[in-house]
Amino acid sequence: MSTASRDSSIIAHNLVKKYGSVTALDGLNLEVRAGTVLGLLGPNGAGKTTAVSILTTLVKPTSGSATVAGIDVLANPHEVRKRIGLSGQYAAVDEHLTATENLEMIGRLYGMNRRGAKTRAQELIERFRLTEAADRPLKTFSGGMRRRIDLAGALIADPPVLFLDEPTTGLDPVSRGELWDVIRDRVAQGTTVLLTTQYLEEADQLANQIVVIDHGRSIAEGTADELKRRIGGEHLDVHIERQDQFELTETILKGVASGPLRAHSGDGAFSAPVKNGVHALSQVLRELEAKNVAIIDIGLRRPTLDDVFVELTGHAAEESSNA
Amino acid sequence: MNILRDSLVIARRNTIRIRRVPDVMVFVLIQPLMFVVLFAYVFGGSIDIPGSSYREFLMAGIFTQTVVFGATFTGAGLAEDLQKGLINRFRSLPMSPYAVVAGRTASDVIYNVLSIAMMSIAGLAVGWRIRSSVLDALIGYALLLFFSYAFSWVMACIGLAVRTPEVVNNASFMVLFPLTFIANTFVPSDNLPAVFRTIAEWNPVSALTHAARVHFGNIPASAPEPTAWPIQNSTMYTLAWAIGLILVFAPIAARSYQRAGAR
Repeated sequence: MSTASRDSSIIAHNLVKKYGSVTALDGLNLEVRAGTVLGLLGPNGAGKTTAVSILTTLVKPTSGSATVAGIDVLANPHEVRKRIGLSGQYAAVDEHLTATENLEMIGRLYGMNRRGAKTRAQELIERFRLTEAADRPLKTFSGGMRRRIDLAGALIADPPVLFLDEPTTGLDPVSRGELWDVIRDRVAQGTTVLLTTQYLEEADQLANQIVVIDHGRSIAEGTADELKRRIGGEHLDVHIERQDQFELTETILKGVASGPLRAHSGDGAFSAPVKNGVHALSQVLRELEAKNVAIIDIGLRRPTLDDVFVELTGHAAEESSNA
Repeated sequence: MNILRDSLVIARRNTIRIRRVPDVMVFVLIQPLMFVVLFAYVFGGSIDIPGSSYREFLMAGIFTQTVVFGATFTGAGLAEDLQKGLINRFRSLPMSPYAVVAGRTASDVIYNVLSIAMMSIAGLAVGWRIRSSVLDALIGYALLLFFSYAFSWVMACIGLAVRTPEVVNNASFMVLFPLTFIANTFVPSDNLPAVFRTIAEWNPVSALTHAARVHFGNIPASAPEPTAWPIQNSTMYTLAWAIGLILVFAPIAARSYQRAGAR
């Protein structure tokens, strides 16, 4: 018992989930050490939500096994549910209830007594700055506010393990930053977190360890720094005006690119991964000007999930979104 | 896990919603009123009930039809919870798998209490009277509510299976119209063609309607004794059906709930 209650790790072994002929998970292995944050990074349809659904007992895998907080997910789902909090992509709150009513209800359903649920709901409402929603039905509030209440619901019973399925998808940058703060605060208190996201930056901000998945299997893992080093530092995007200067520009960019160059001849757009961004930018600019290439736009940007995918899989992220 | 406590928490949540979404109330209260007026004045003149008035005959039928249709609220409510992701939330919590449905069926009794109250007032206004004792009348009301409670477990299964509230309404109407019309609800079943008459006689809706008529004292002394066994034993037959429905559909509902909503 004591080992089970102290162990807050998440382990998934060779998880497979098939829906008819569609394979949502294809042998996924995960290990989240107690008190750390694992970022599960991947495009829509990569299998992130399926993985979370299995680990939170909502879906049974076709094969494979998993333990959460030391408890077998398949053999003892009810015990697992006592130890986890789940906050999803779609804020699962009752929009006709107030924030207080929602949180108290969830607290009671975790088995807390009435007074305990009330006290804890008050605490979370203050900490999450939800006081204006405390006594008003949620349907009058923004998506960001509902998402925070959804997250507060996942935290009400103080679970040692937290599953956050794309917690900030669709939120504005301010709301996103606020949610990140809340999650960081939680992690500082020792909670184990499995976070799924489509945003590299989010995984970067929050996760100790990142697993990149595509087509239901892990294609890369490591710390944010390790992955970024594999992906390359920055990207140099160039947009030229004239078709007949396409090959010339391509040659110049190949000279500075640290990985495969993406080019679209139709609209004269290029994207090159580069190691030393500023240096590469000025070199390319000099060479293009020397050859009188008409530039519409040129600039440096940080790698996106798309870049990760091109690097790791050789195909663009959206290509796997039909899975 | 504590099925009673969890069900009460869910029922409490649903009653808060009933107060906050008054539009539903309009249907709960106006629709039965409309039926009483339509049937009483449109059919009332053309249907002859020996030894009684059609309005007297009609009211138990309207009560039954309304409470049976009222069960669709249960299905629609659960389908909405499914659609909004609340079922997934509940399923991730360490609560009883019966609680979400049990809380819903319990709180939906409120709708039926309100619509029965409304119908009774409308009935009294168009000339219906309770001609039995208070106790008998209470038994009649209790039977109506208990049967509709049991029937709402059937609708719960439909709601968890079809996933959108609109489809619940359409799908259930295909069951509910024949169920409440091939019966003695609006016309005496004696006049139906042979096959329909047999169906009507064994239809639990007929037994419930007959039982309500008996308990409200709406069957004239001159009326012929019923010949079909379910009608002769209408109270027992209704209770047996209601208990049977719960025993069969509660486990089905719990199982659909445990599989519902996940991707």
